[in-house]
Amino acid sequence: MELFNTFIKTAFVENLVLAYFLGMCSFLAVSKSVKTAFGLGLAVIFVLGITMPINWLISEYLLSENGLIGMDLTFLRFILFIAVIASMVQLVEMIIEKSSPALYNSLGIFLPLITVNCAILGGSLFMVSRELDFANSVAFGLGGGFGWFLAIIALAAIREKLQYSNVPPALRGLGMAFILTGLMGLAFMSLMGIDPSIYTK
Amino acid sequence: MAETAVVEKKQAVSEPLFGKKEKKLITDPLGDNNPITIQVLGICSALAVTSLVVPSLVMSVAVVFVCAFSSLFTSLIRTKIPKQVRMIVMLVIIATLVTVVELMLKYLNYPIYKQLSVYIGLIITNCIVMGRLEAFAMANKPWRSFLDGVGNGLGYGVILVAIAVIREIFGKGTLFAGSAVEMKIIGASNEVTSYWINTAAESGIGSWFSWYSNNNLMVLPAAAMFIIGIMIWIQRSYRPHLVDIS
Repeated sequence: MELFNTFIKTAFVENLVLAYFLGMCSFLAVSKSVKTAFGLGLAVIFVLGITMPINWLISEYLLSENGLIGMDLTFLRFILFIAVIASMVQLVEMIIEKSSPALYNSLGIFLPLITVNCAILGGSLFMVSRELDFANSVAFGLGGGFGWFLAIIALAAIREKLQYSNVPPALRGLGMAFILTGLMGLAFMSLMGIDPSIYTK
Repeated sequence: MAETAVVEKKQAVSEPLFGKKEKKLITDPLGDNNPITIQVLGICSALAVTSLVVPSLVMSVAVVFVCAFSSLFTSLIRTKIPKQVRMIVMLVIIATLVTVVELMLKYLNYPIYKQLSVYIGLIITNCIVMGRLEAFAMANKPWRSFLDGVGNGLGYGVILVAIAVIREIFGKGTLFAGSAVEMKIIGASNEVTSYWINTAAESGIGSWFSWYSNNNLMVLPAAAMFIIGIMIWIQRSYRPHLVDIS
């Protein structure tokens, strides 16, 4: 139940993109149509769900003082995390290409983009700074990915409808996307009242 | 006489160290080619730190440093990098520089290091750094790449600090909170209970606006989005050629 709480909390209350601005670049760039947004969202859930546990294992068993090497190597954290993410993305891309060409065709272009998506690295760094355990970091990864997925689909749907409205010329495109994201952030804040922990009592 | 001497000297060197082209590299990202409002790069990591001015200043300095030196190093080895693995090479260069910045900040100012928490690490995935390496440093000489890095870092920092100033003044009523030069700008100061006798703010503009109560919207992350949206609106209404048609 605690894992479910973590999932709900990261997906809705502490949404990675709307509360922490993580993954904003691709969020704004790829949210022009729902179809592509859907593909990118799925890929983010996938990669975030895989890299978080791996990075947890690395920071626990390789970098910490009580780990296998027995030295405090936390200063190597950034380099190792980003290397894991980059290689994981590459691996996932190859596996999907072999096993499911249909999925590869829909995700293909977005997978390399994900390496530099801040939400992925941000998730791992949050995991370290909040000292989550293994199961919670998996829930955090999946929940964070799901929240990101929801947010990008919502923004893409709004932007598709927005083509029919009369926006001031100077605000068209990017400016309006920023203001919409702000409004969505406010809307998601109303979910802060949710306290999943009451159900565990 | 002195002027002609300078001109002659400039002509003698085939490529001046700091000529018009080089100046443009720095000034362009501050205006028409701003990384945040025009290129929309690097919004990811750093907007969450803009609720106060001091952390955003530190963040800007860090980004300028990383941007400039990663451009310089990438440009130095640009002919040696194989095309297929260039992403990884760039990421390693950036990650090393960010580690340097992190350790330095940890040593110099621990409270701010704590406040910025994961956002220092997220400079690695800041799209401006990567974007400039890919678009500029891979194809240009070291010195020009370095200037381009500085320019883009500054263009980013200017927007960051501008947002932070607006958010801090209207959200908390202060400026530079948490540093030695903390100022109370608007709103009743905390030490005085009755708001019309506002001794702390009597000399500044605070004495005129002591009725102001802090706007909590400005503290929320959403406020940063609104402010950028409005900045883009203003910039594009003055420069119609920047409006995107899509």
